[in-house]
Amino acid sequence: MASKTLYSQRDPMLKRDGFEDILEERRNSSDLKYALRCYAPVLYKGVTPCKANMLKNIVLQSDQLRYVINQVSQESGEAPDIIQEEASVILEEMAHRLQISTVRFFAFALSKAFKTLFQHVCVNEEGIQRLQQAIQEHPVVLLPSHRSYMDFLLMSYILYTYDLALPVIAAGMDFMGMKFVGEMLRMSGAFFIRRSFGGDKLYWAVFSEYVKTMLRNGFAPIEFFLEGTRSRTCKSLTPKLGLLNIVIEPFFKGEVFDVNLVPISISYERILEESLYARELLGVPKPKESTSGLLKARRILSEDYGSIHVYFGQPVSVRSLAQGKVNRSTYNLFPRHIPRKPMEETQSFVNDTAYRIVRLQEDNMVLKPWVLMASLLLQNLEGMELSVLTEQTVWLRGLALSYAAFLDWPDHAPTAKVVSSSLALHRGLACVSGGRVSLVVGEPLGPVTPEEALFNRAVSVLSCASYRNQVLHVFLRPAMLAVAMHTAASSKKNEVYNCFSFLWDMFSNDFILCPGDTVQDFEEACYLLVKTGAVQMPQQDIVMTDIGQPTLSFFNGLLEPFLQGYQVVCRYLCEEASEGLTEKQYIPAVRSFAVKLILAGNLRCYEVLSSDMQKNALAALLRMDAVRKVKVADQVTLIVNKMAVNSIDDILGKNRMISHINQTQISPSLSLVAVAEDLCRDGLTPSYIR
Amino acid sequence: DTVLAAATITMKLTSTVCFPRQEIMKWNGWGYSDSKFLFNKKGQAEFTGKRYRLSGMVLPSLQDWFENTFGASVNHKSPATPALNASAVPPASLNEAFVEDLKATGIPFSHEAEDRVFRAHGHCLHEIFALREGKKFERVPDMVVWPNCHSDVVKIVELACKHNVCLIPYGGGTSVTSALECPPEETRCIVSLDTSQMNRILWIDEKNLVAHVEAGIIGQDLERLLNESGYCTGHEPDSMEFSSLGGWVATRASGMKKNVYGNIEDLVIHIKVVTPRGVIEKSCQGPRMSTGPDIHHFILGSEGTLGVVTEVTMKIRPIPEYQKYGSVVFPNFEAGVACLREVAKQRCAPASIRLMDNEQFQFGHALKPQVSSIFTNFVEGLKKFYITKFKGFDPHQLVVATLLFEGDRERVLQHEKQVYDIAATFGGLAAGEDNGQRGYILTFVIAYLRDLGMDYYVVAESFETSVPWDRVLDLCRNVKERINRECKERGVQFQPLTSCRVTQTYDAGACVYFYFAFNYRGLADPVHTYERVEHAAREEILANGGSLSHHHGVGKLRKEWMKESISSLGVGMLQSVKDYVDPDNIFGNRNLL
Repeated sequence: MASKTLYSQRDPMLKRDGFEDILEERRNSSDLKYALRCYAPVLYKGVTPCKANMLKNIVLQSDQLRYVINQVSQESGEAPDIIQEEASVILEEMAHRLQISTVRFFAFALSKAFKTLFQHVCVNEEGIQRLQQAIQEHPVVLLPSHRSYMDFLLMSYILYTYDLALPVIAAGMDFMGMKFVGEMLRMSGAFFIRRSFGGDKLYWAVFSEYVKTMLRNGFAPIEFFLEGTRSRTCKSLTPKLGLLNIVIEPFFKGEVFDVNLVPISISYERILEESLYARELLGVPKPKESTSGLLKARRILSEDYGSIHVYFGQPVSVRSLAQGKVNRSTYNLFPRHIPRKPMEETQSFVNDTAYRIVRLQEDNMVLKPWVLMASLLLQNLEGMELSVLTEQTVWLRGLALSYAAFLDWPDHAPTAKVVSSSLALHRGLACVSGGRVSLVVGEPLGPVTPEEALFNRAVSVLSCASYRNQVLHVFLRPAMLAVAMHTAASSKKNEVYNCFSFLWDMFSNDFILCPGDTVQDFEEACYLLVKTGAVQMPQQDIVMTDIGQPTLSFFNGLLEPFLQGYQVVCRYLCEEASEGLTEKQYIPAVRSFAVKLILAGNLRCYEVLSSDMQKNALAALLRMDAVRKVKVADQVTLIVNKMAVNSIDDILGKNRMISHINQTQISPSLSLVAVAEDLCRDGLTPSYIR
Repeated sequence: DTVLAAATITMKLTSTVCFPRQEIMKWNGWGYSDSKFLFNKKGQAEFTGKRYRLSGMVLPSLQDWFENTFGASVNHKSPATPALNASAVPPASLNEAFVEDLKATGIPFSHEAEDRVFRAHGHCLHEIFALREGKKFERVPDMVVWPNCHSDVVKIVELACKHNVCLIPYGGGTSVTSALECPPEETRCIVSLDTSQMNRILWIDEKNLVAHVEAGIIGQDLERLLNESGYCTGHEPDSMEFSSLGGWVATRASGMKKNVYGNIEDLVIHIKVVTPRGVIEKSCQGPRMSTGPDIHHFILGSEGTLGVVTEVTMKIRPIPEYQKYGSVVFPNFEAGVACLREVAKQRCAPASIRLMDNEQFQFGHALKPQVSSIFTNFVEGLKKFYITKFKGFDPHQLVVATLLFEGDRERVLQHEKQVYDIAATFGGLAAGEDNGQRGYILTFVIAYLRDLGMDYYVVAESFETSVPWDRVLDLCRNVKERINRECKERGVQFQPLTSCRVTQTYDAGACVYFYFAFNYRGLADPVHTYERVEHAAREEILANGGSLSHHHGVGKLRKEWMKESISSLGVGMLQSVKDYVDPDNIFGNRNLL
């Protein structure tokens, strides 16, 4: 069966290594000794490490940079010396100043902090061994998932612990705001890049040459976050391609034989920034990074944040990935030092690679029992009997395991114990009273307005959702199939596929769905649901089995908030949005629309208040051409194609009406497929129906 | 005095019916039957015969180098089949009418198995390996014909057209591109047209410094005969002991001293070619013409697909007054390449300048003959000490450039100084004439060494490319790495030898030459493994901006990449020339297109 083979391609990745707790040794021996011990990592083909200053000189004298300097000089009329000086300043601002003494300081300080904050820091040592091998053979790029500020300190800490070459890390310039800390980070290997430098040729040239020089010479592993920023929702973010392009290009140009990309999954049992993120998503602006802010964060030192699992994935060879996909000889006819926009073939390869790496990160994310409990609680916002929660958690555990979730379920512990200790660790989110488990709502200070109460509740829902989100990648494909089966007009496979494909396209900003993988994902979903006995596929049909009900209804419930959220956005755009709605106004406007609905008792979905969901929904509508952006003066205005938005709303809302909002433009008798076909004819979504 | 001084022989053959080259040359290996490497009873390497400087010498370090490099052992032999088994040769399928007409012309021919097999192959690894193993031949020429002059060739080609016989021109037989292999699907009678009897210098024109030569002449004979009159062509491809003038034209050959004398396309003034449509030649010997695309360029590199080159007028030069070898040691390959690039930039390259990588440097050293004098040993020891200990060169990193200067004495010395000064700016140290000369000896004995390797489970081959300067280092590194990886993935049990040298310099790039060898013990089909690795290496070359070939040509070995290399339109242009000149595919060796 085709779907089997497709799925089994991913199977080898799912053979996972065991973990070792690196804190155990720290608890039993001197941190000072540890920080001062001999550190002599092996390097790429035995290169001698390069002093930060020498590196800067190599970059400033490179043909690549000199070319751009001359170009900018000619365009601006400034003397090349002045531009050169500018480049030098940029480099100064950017460059790392990795110093072993600083690393030793962090090794000491972090040992202390980690032991206070976390029960365990677990690392798969086989992954470390693979990495060590890879570092010697090829330039290595470390690609960790990004959930917390901790991530990159943690990474360096682990590499130091295992005597591996310390990485240089691309960090956002916002850290620079914290004078002292910024410099400390710089000295522990961070280099700083501005968040946006769109048209700045010189900046781009300095930056890309800096990274490439380090990569080509193999001075140190390069580390950056494919997701670009910390995911506030704990879902993986759509990967950013800029840096990946930069690190892959030397391979295409033949400057290095290969580049190894190492996906690294960092899973936190409790994220330090948990409620901070929820507030941020609800529109409370993110506190500017400042040293004093960080000091205030000391408060968190008194809490228990459970365990961290860091999984170093199999290094991915860019050369093997590109085999047959990119013709390197197309780089033969152009001088390699002249910057050029990547060719289409290359762009799509890099894009595809980025998605695959993020999926590899997802695959090796360690899930805790609480993640399953949170998924259940969110489908029962009114609360659940503890016994029911326990029972369903056990059931869900089985389901998750059969879908190859990387579940860290304590061995030999009775289920009740597992559930109660999870609840204890997350007592800030859920509590048990009178045998019922429900979400904790933040203590109000003084009298509260209904909006404030709503806001408090939303914080706890979004915090809880950030745990549920961790399991989504395991269930996503079968869950979309479950929803598609639910909404399709018949059980015919092609109709179900059409619905699946619509959802796939719609949600491709919210979830990691590799471009072009619709069919493969559909087949994977079918395979999984059939394998677990929830679905059978006689001839050309897809139907639920006798025992499939719990699974399918759980899956429907799992995606419900997303379907509802997108629907609210559609409703808003059709009903409330004014003519000249600007992009800036969009998020607060949708938020207050949703608040109104919730307060009126017409909507029970709090997740739509998340700016993340609002942005993703808008991106989907833009992609589907239901909304257009028009730039008028300095403002970007959103032009809504109400017909199209309405149709999308209708497909989403099939059988899932937000009760009393009456919409009559589209006849309810119209089958989903008919609507989808209409959309197709209108050229809205030409790709997903065939 | 050149490296070849001791290697001259007379290739003039008595005009008996058979012209048995195989009597003085190996039928299943490289070169002369009397010259070969072997490990003697003491396990020491020797080179037999009297033809070369190394002949009769004992090479004490070769065994160690050989065993350590390949994980081979002189106790594990893989001997070749001693003699040709006539039953392995398919019977000749003759076109009787053609044979009758040919008899009438009096041009000698043969259909003896040995004559036919000798001309059924070039010197690709798979060809020599098959001969050594005594494998059955799928297709060999059905007869061999020996024209004596241009008009004989005209007659043969006319008869071939008349009787629809396939002709494959055969010059020196040194092809390394499967160009001489008979297409197995060819059902017509295949006639190998051996040009060896057309080996005269017809005239020398001292006013214009050109010589008119029959195209069957072998390189060393051409040089020797011209030298008698005080001239040379200066065209010295590594195969010049055996390769022919016609073969050079047909493959766009390149000579070691091209910096002074030019490549074959620069040397040729006039070409006469017999094709099925008639004879192509220009009407004058003007040194340059603007008369549309140069028709010589349809012939140069046509690889025997269009006709037979019968006579060539080529440039000659007075023999240089003075010749001097030299060498420079660099701390690493990067420094060496940077130096060669600078030399090319200043356009002061000596007649030959080559940069051997560390592997080849060590290989060259393994060929040092036993030194009789304690003093020489002592001096060598001192030099080594100076370079590695005093100057701090890592013996596993250092590389050597070999140089050959030519001209009048004063200018050679001046030139030498200029080059050594440039080298010094890249950290290069002059390392003496001996080291330089040894590098060139390696070139001439490398093919003999391959036969030695094959006696001990080691297969080896060389291949080449040309590449822009800025990509030389990347290409060399990536190709070597690719070979190492492919070998590992394909089950080669031992670390392969991958070595390269920058062997020619140009204004805009360089020619890079690779040696690649491995111990094949434990492999079921070493030739297949070898071919897959070479294939991968070629893909790597193309992906790194290298060309399909600098001078070996395409043959049938690299046909698959022609479209990619010259575009399908380009292939179409060549095809249309072929279709016009040879509509019935009389020259049916199926090379190139």
